[in-house]
Amino acid sequence: MSVTTTRQTTSLNRYRVQAYLGRFAVHTVLTLVGLTCLIPLILVVSISLSDELRLAKEGYQLLPVGFTTFAYEYILQEPRQILRAYGVTAFVTTFGTVAGLLVCSLLAWPLARKDFRLRGPLSFYVFFTLLFNGGMVPFYILVTRYLGLKDNIFVLILPYMVTAWYVLIIRTSFAQLPTELLDAARIDGAGEWRIFFQIVVPLSKPVLATIGLFFVLRYWNDWFLALLFIDDSSMYPLQYLLYVLMANINIMAANPQTTGMPIPTLSARMAMAVLAFGPALFTFLLLQKYFVRGITIGGLKG
Amino acid sequence: MINEKQLDRQASSPPDPHGSEQPASLSEPFLHRLFGNQREFKTNLSLLSMSLPGIVLLFIFAYLPMLGIIIAFKDYRFNLGILGSEWVGFRNFEFLFGTDAAFRITRNTLLMNLLFISTTTVCALTIAILMNEAYRSRMSKYYQTMLFFPYFISWVIVSYFVFAFLNGQTGLINQWVDALKLDRIAWYRSPEYWPVILVLANLWNGIGFSSIIYLAGILGISPELFEAAKIDGAGKMQQIRFITLPMLYPMIIILTLLAIGRIFHADFGLFFFLPRDNPLLYSTTDVIDTFVYRSLVELGEISMAAAAGFYQSFVGFLLVVGANWVVRRVNEDYALY
Repeated sequence: MSVTTTRQTTSLNRYRVQAYLGRFAVHTVLTLVGLTCLIPLILVVSISLSDELRLAKEGYQLLPVGFTTFAYEYILQEPRQILRAYGVTAFVTTFGTVAGLLVCSLLAWPLARKDFRLRGPLSFYVFFTLLFNGGMVPFYILVTRYLGLKDNIFVLILPYMVTAWYVLIIRTSFAQLPTELLDAARIDGAGEWRIFFQIVVPLSKPVLATIGLFFVLRYWNDWFLALLFIDDSSMYPLQYLLYVLMANINIMAANPQTTGMPIPTLSARMAMAVLAFGPALFTFLLLQKYFVRGITIGGLKG
Repeated sequence: MINEKQLDRQASSPPDPHGSEQPASLSEPFLHRLFGNQREFKTNLSLLSMSLPGIVLLFIFAYLPMLGIIIAFKDYRFNLGILGSEWVGFRNFEFLFGTDAAFRITRNTLLMNLLFISTTTVCALTIAILMNEAYRSRMSKYYQTMLFFPYFISWVIVSYFVFAFLNGQTGLINQWVDALKLDRIAWYRSPEYWPVILVLANLWNGIGFSSIIYLAGILGISPELFEAAKIDGAGKMQQIRFITLPMLYPMIIILTLLAIGRIFHADFGLFFFLPRDNPLLYSTTDVIDTFVYRSLVELGEISMAAAAGFYQSFVGFLLVVGANWVVRRVNEDYALY
């Protein structure tokens, strides 16, 4: 009897030790993977804070060599270009997100309504755009030749405003609203538009917040539309400005304002990158849980 | 997305209890027959007017380009426009498939996407299982943040990151190579390394997103299964092997199939910005999307670009439909439509 008890205790202890070791291993691996993901970020921030001459001599290092904020001062000393790009991106992001949310949710609501007679055909109309698209060439020709939107700020906004994927996610959420509330409002004589804005929208804040954030990051991070349609450098959004700077490394050196100063191209370039992803990263850190919720709604769970 | 169908089915099957389905008599005007009585007509009209802006935008930016795809069969002249340009049958395609580029871009697109799908699936599953083990810990939130943030960094910025690692003179990797007393590598002139570089960049970017989806799948598995296994004496590894993975199989298969449906579409930003559109690297980094862009915007070979674009849209459509057909056979609820 006592023998079995001892054996049980030892096996229990062994199980505990194993579980402990297992947990330790899990946390070690996750920490290592997580830190590896951070390395590029650390590297770029370090370079942006490094001394230009030492960078040229010693190369890029994971930690700042000769800590200095000169690269940032240099960029912000002649900030017209970057401020302008910030302005363009801020306008596109704000306008695009608000308008996109409005149009997408207005399109999603009838699709969520069982009593809408055109629900079937309209669902197909929205959904088909996920399966087939005309590709870059007709799109390019349409926008440049037929719509005449080249170098127009709205070309950075309009094409992304309706995204079938977002519409379908919003519709899923709308379809789960309790119908009693809507019926009650209808009996009180509220029209469809009023029901939408005064009942549906306030009740759907979580999904609208999630999709809104997707819109924000989509517009903030977009370079594609500018790459195709923007030639006028006063209308460059931030990401596209960064691409141009990368493609043409000497563009900063060619800036007439900077003559007579040491030009920190090595560090300034990375400082530009930091200034461009900083706000997006900050938004993400603040609102991470909404993204996770959005992905799980949009991905597989309901 | 996937559960759209389920909702649809639930939504459409029960008849409306409020009697909107009354049979319309033939004497009623046509519109009333279509939209029911006056109240219903008003409701439907309001709903239609709500969806109108979306309908118009989709028509302009999605449907007009679909129609414009006929440009692949025309000799496009800017002054004549799409409709006015002359039909040339399959000449653009003969032109495209007469080049080496056609084979190269098809191969690169397919192979790189296959590499992306396999590496992402394996790594995301591993991470999701580990995250599930650590789910109750306080650290879990931090792991998720560290893995997930790259998803929100655009490829333009990633190209700066990659440049910081790889550039010939000052790049971090070459500093390490120096420290090890090895020969420096000219990364931006050596196409053979780029499949690995692109796979790593793609993993870094997408791993957080994919592992969260799989984690949601694991969290959805009934805890009773694990309890029962524990009582039967199954260890962690056995639980993973005999419960977690089998329960995730449908999800893995479906996500993989859906990815295969998109295998003809490459991530333009990844392939365009990271190799910095460098001709020396085209042999491994040029994909259909970058080829179309270059032909269209940089070289002005619109016919070539149109043919390649049509090739991509057409084969891509067949693949999506085919993949969806297979998904339906595996599990109807997960099909796209």
